[in-house]
Amino acid sequence: MENAIGTVFRYGDNVDTDVIIPARYLNSSDPAELATHCMEDIDTEFVKKVKKGDIIVADKNFGCGSSREHAPIAIKAAGVSCVIAETFARIFYRNAINIGLPIIECPEAVKNIEAGDTVEVNFDTGMIYNRTKGTEYKGQAFPPFMQKIIAAQGLVNYINQK
Amino acid sequence: MGMTMTQKILAAHAGLDKVEAGQLIEANLDLVLGNDITSPVAIKEMSKMKVDGVFDKDKIALVPDHFVPNKDIKSAEHCKCVREFAYRNQITNYFEVGQMGIEHALLPEKGLTVAGDVIIGADSHTCTYGALGAFSTGVGSTDMAAGMATGKAWFKVPGAIKFNLVGKPNKYISGKDVILHIIGMIGVDGALYKSMEFVGEGIKNLSMDDRFTIANMAIEAGGKNGIFPVDEKAIAYMEEHSTKKYTVYEADEDAVYDEEYTIDLSTLKSTVAFPHLPENTHTIDEIDPELKIDQVVIGSCTNGRIDDLRCAAEILKGRKVAKGMRLIVIPATQAIYLQAMEEGLLKIFIEAGGVVSTPTCGPCLGGYMGILAENERCVSTTNRNFVGRMGHVTSEIYLASPAVAAASAITGHISDPAKL
Repeated sequence: MENAIGTVFRYGDNVDTDVIIPARYLNSSDPAELATHCMEDIDTEFVKKVKKGDIIVADKNFGCGSSREHAPIAIKAAGVSCVIAETFARIFYRNAINIGLPIIECPEAVKNIEAGDTVEVNFDTGMIYNRTKGTEYKGQAFPPFMQKIIAAQGLVNYINQK
Repeated sequence: MGMTMTQKILAAHAGLDKVEAGQLIEANLDLVLGNDITSPVAIKEMSKMKVDGVFDKDKIALVPDHFVPNKDIKSAEHCKCVREFAYRNQITNYFEVGQMGIEHALLPEKGLTVAGDVIIGADSHTCTYGALGAFSTGVGSTDMAAGMATGKAWFKVPGAIKFNLVGKPNKYISGKDVILHIIGMIGVDGALYKSMEFVGEGIKNLSMDDRFTIANMAIEAGGKNGIFPVDEKAIAYMEEHSTKKYTVYEADEDAVYDEEYTIDLSTLKSTVAFPHLPENTHTIDEIDPELKIDQVVIGSCTNGRIDDLRCAAEILKGRKVAKGMRLIVIPATQAIYLQAMEEGLLKIFIEAGGVVSTPTCGPCLGGYMGILAENERCVSTTNRNFVGRMGHVTSEIYLASPAVAAASAITGHISDPAKL
């Protein structure tokens, strides 16, 4: 898998799926339309500033709340190449893998990354490099089973390949 | 090393004698659920799979409930997509307006969820069926698609937290107070990736509706599932509602738990979760009595069942809501609605100055039927009080029991039902 590299948007604990994509927009399931409202209830600047490849970094329990797959879909469609968090809520974790949004858990990296830093992630090794600060961290690599789903770019392709 | 109740159910459905926490397994599914928001995405994903159709037309439940009756044209298109898929695949358990209800109240009532089942649903509150001794958990649309196509899902076997419930709750203390107390204690990620296993002699003092409420909000503590042992009350409920065969699993005596808590139900007070997280709990005696409330919602998959409506009606009977208060009551299913009508509960709500809605998730997720304006406050029996959940980003949601909600509708402030 190719490395992710981009500028960091930094958020705190318990970023829930209602702020990632508010339910008032769930009458659509179009990724591009969902992306235009991504994060707007906690960060109105996000959709104006986000560029292809950018990275979201958050503290614990990212993606808690609703099971809406629209949340990782909106983040991916907004151009985000990776989400790094101390921990992810479990449904969000599954959904991200299933739709092919790269995510990685690493409490150490999260503590030392600030908004605006340039960060690079190597998914094969789980290494996270803060190019702004010149530091590096070892993230939690996926178990082999999940790597297969990610390598197939999601659960649908994985099942088709079986 | 023994297995927890959840681990035993998962092992049996994976064809294994034994599983342990952290193990990745593939389990056979007894039921796959979706609603009008998550199913259209699942249907689209399933169309990309090389399969002829669904794995079993009797083991899929499609319940349009979030924006139903259709709130706008886009919602109507989503519902149409679900309806056409259901007809095309001859889905037995598709519930149209008129038969539908809020999915997690509806499925147990229709007898589709029983002890020992493994159930996935593309809705986070799918964990509700743990009240009957099933393993049930929320997933996303792609998992739902794979489940509909193959009848299987992958799981990481969860570790567990044991909650030993003892004693008898006082009047007006319900399942909602129990689960809010627990979430306040362990936090919104306190049970992350784990099962919450409820045990203890105190369970006999909790009605099935109390247990549904408790299992329903396991997700608000980050839990993978919440689960109760199968006792006489659970068996009586299943025998009344279902013809499906159920299987009773019990945790091994030497099952391993990551943490254990004992909760004396007799000491619990009415508990309210303040904005903007379910863990921000306060007991009723420590709440500012002057906090003005604009709206009260009594309903949802958490608290829209008949016990909840009876409790609210008992408090509202012969009283009026406060001036300027909007009270919205939403029976969770058609059967509950009818029961409430026959018992005279709807008359009580309407005479008190409230409105009664057809079953819908509606305001709980800020869909419609009770959206909040800037800076407005709502006491709600729903399950989440995140920023913007019920409307404007500056609006506030206070999660509470039906008893506290009804009392607050009368006074216009967050109030103790025991002190009216």
